[in-house]
Amino acid sequence: MPDISAEQVRHLADLARIDLSDDELTSLTAELAQIVDSVAKVSEVATPDVPATSHPIPMTNVFRDDAVVPGLSVEQALSGAPEREGDFFRVAPILGEEA
Amino acid sequence: MAKAELMDYERAIELFEPVLGFEVHVELNTKTKMFCGCANEFGSGANTNTCPTCLGLPGGLPQVNHQAVESSIRLGLALGCGIAESSRFARKNYFYPDTSKNFQTSQYDEPIAHDGEVTVELESGRRVTVLIERAHMEEDAGKLTHLGTTGRIQGAEYSLVDYNRGGVPLVEIVTRMIEGAEADAPEVGKAYVAHIRELVKALGVSNARMEEGNVRCDANVSLRPRGSNVLGTRTETKNVNSLRSVERAVRYEIQRQAAILDAGGTITQETRHWHEDTGTTSAGRPKSDADDYRYFPEPDLVPVAPSREWVEELRATLPEPPAERRARLREAWGFTALEFQDVANGDLLDAVEATVAEGASPAAARKWWTGEISRVANARGATAGELVSPKHVSELVALVENGDLTDRLARQVLEGVIDGEGSPSQVVEARGLKVVSDDGALIAAIDEALAAQPDVLQKIRDGKVQAAGAVIGAVMKAMRGQADAARVRELVLERAAQ
Repeated sequence: MPDISAEQVRHLADLARIDLSDDELTSLTAELAQIVDSVAKVSEVATPDVPATSHPIPMTNVFRDDAVVPGLSVEQALSGAPEREGDFFRVAPILGEEA
Repeated sequence: MAKAELMDYERAIELFEPVLGFEVHVELNTKTKMFCGCANEFGSGANTNTCPTCLGLPGGLPQVNHQAVESSIRLGLALGCGIAESSRFARKNYFYPDTSKNFQTSQYDEPIAHDGEVTVELESGRRVTVLIERAHMEEDAGKLTHLGTTGRIQGAEYSLVDYNRGGVPLVEIVTRMIEGAEADAPEVGKAYVAHIRELVKALGVSNARMEEGNVRCDANVSLRPRGSNVLGTRTETKNVNSLRSVERAVRYEIQRQAAILDAGGTITQETRHWHEDTGTTSAGRPKSDADDYRYFPEPDLVPVAPSREWVEELRATLPEPPAERRARLREAWGFTALEFQDVANGDLLDAVEATVAEGASPAAARKWWTGEISRVANARGATAGELVSPKHVSELVALVENGDLTDRLARQVLEGVIDGEGSPSQVVEARGLKVVSDDGALIAAIDEALAAQPDVLQKIRDGKVQAAGAVIGAVMKAMRGQADAARVRELVLERAAQ
């Protein structure tokens, strides 16, 4: 039975920039524990001779030619922007966390 | 922000051994982005090169750019790396508006290239080997412009986002720890980044313009007290984007950290921002908690498994290594170290080489490219190579050597060529700039000038030869500068004696 603590959920929420109320934290902690528990059942059937896989189909080297394909117009691109200024998305400042 | 205490550099090196590490991001010059067909273009209107995939909209599905993989493998090979038999992409999760996907598609446990080394040469001639841990493929993030009081991230009121750059292919090259650089540490940093820039340019995989962010450097610096074998805490200075800044940023961090450690303080493991204007770094976020990226394999992409045949095919396309090329050219051209440095630092090796191939002497090619052409390029904010072709420079050199043009006239002709008036001969023709080599025309002008200045004529006849200058000046003016001054002088003295 995996243990999911409220503290872990709080940390995840912080990483995802989601503000959780105490009530939400409590219910999400229980729900997440259940999910992790269900997923853990997979480990019971996965024997060591089953390699970890990130893709269901054994394929490699699927490439695209380096040719330009028309994308979105500026208006389309910005249509979902919470705020815009000119042709830019406008966002609140967050102290440097660039990748 | 409070100004940091700095220790005298020599003193810092006496007390501590600097340990370095670099992460260099190279933007590839593919036509399209890493995972979608949007144009990879610098300077387009904001948010004009986006699609559902690079914006992370529902339904967008990434597809790997074949050319980007090929460029990455070639770069890996040029760094002396092994190329993975199987390599996969991973999601690096983080929530920041420079990506609207909330993750960067990168590589984590299976990078395309690993374990290489490059040797850089310092100005003293000292050679330092830098071990490469890995080079992996990833995508660039969008560009944020922080608006507010300072224009910097600190104190910004809001930020504007342009996602054109989001998804542009990058190769991130990560070094292993560099020890033993000692007092040369700042120069080692500069030489290493210069080496990478030169390499990607020679490979043709990147435009390699640091001022446009094609090559960006994060510099890790830590200090180890002399006599200790415990590594110090490191800081990572982000986005150091010129060669000179790499040198300055490393030096600054050594001096700053030394002052803190010497005063009994501790270094915080953190990201630091480099400020080009003041030559200082300032604290960004602390490193420990923010580095929780929850990497996991990218489920929308299948592994890249380059066949050994493909890798060997690509290895065969590698250019002559830049350092070897430099040695070969310097030898062939017979330049002094200083002359050669002039050409190399001005990014003019290709131009001079091509001009020599067109028939000009190395000395003349060097003179024009590092002199007048570079001067005009500076004045116009352009690069020398885009102003004029090697073929035209070679033609100009030939016109001067044949005596058809003086240096002064040749500069005017060059200006015409740069302004698109045609080849040097065409400009000479159109502007009527040829040297007047017809002695008859010169003698007529000289006689006229001597007649106008009888006192000067008398002085020359009295043996005061330097007085001839006034007459030569008048003749050159009459010829609108299109005469060979040495020949005019000869003729003036001849005529005065008669």
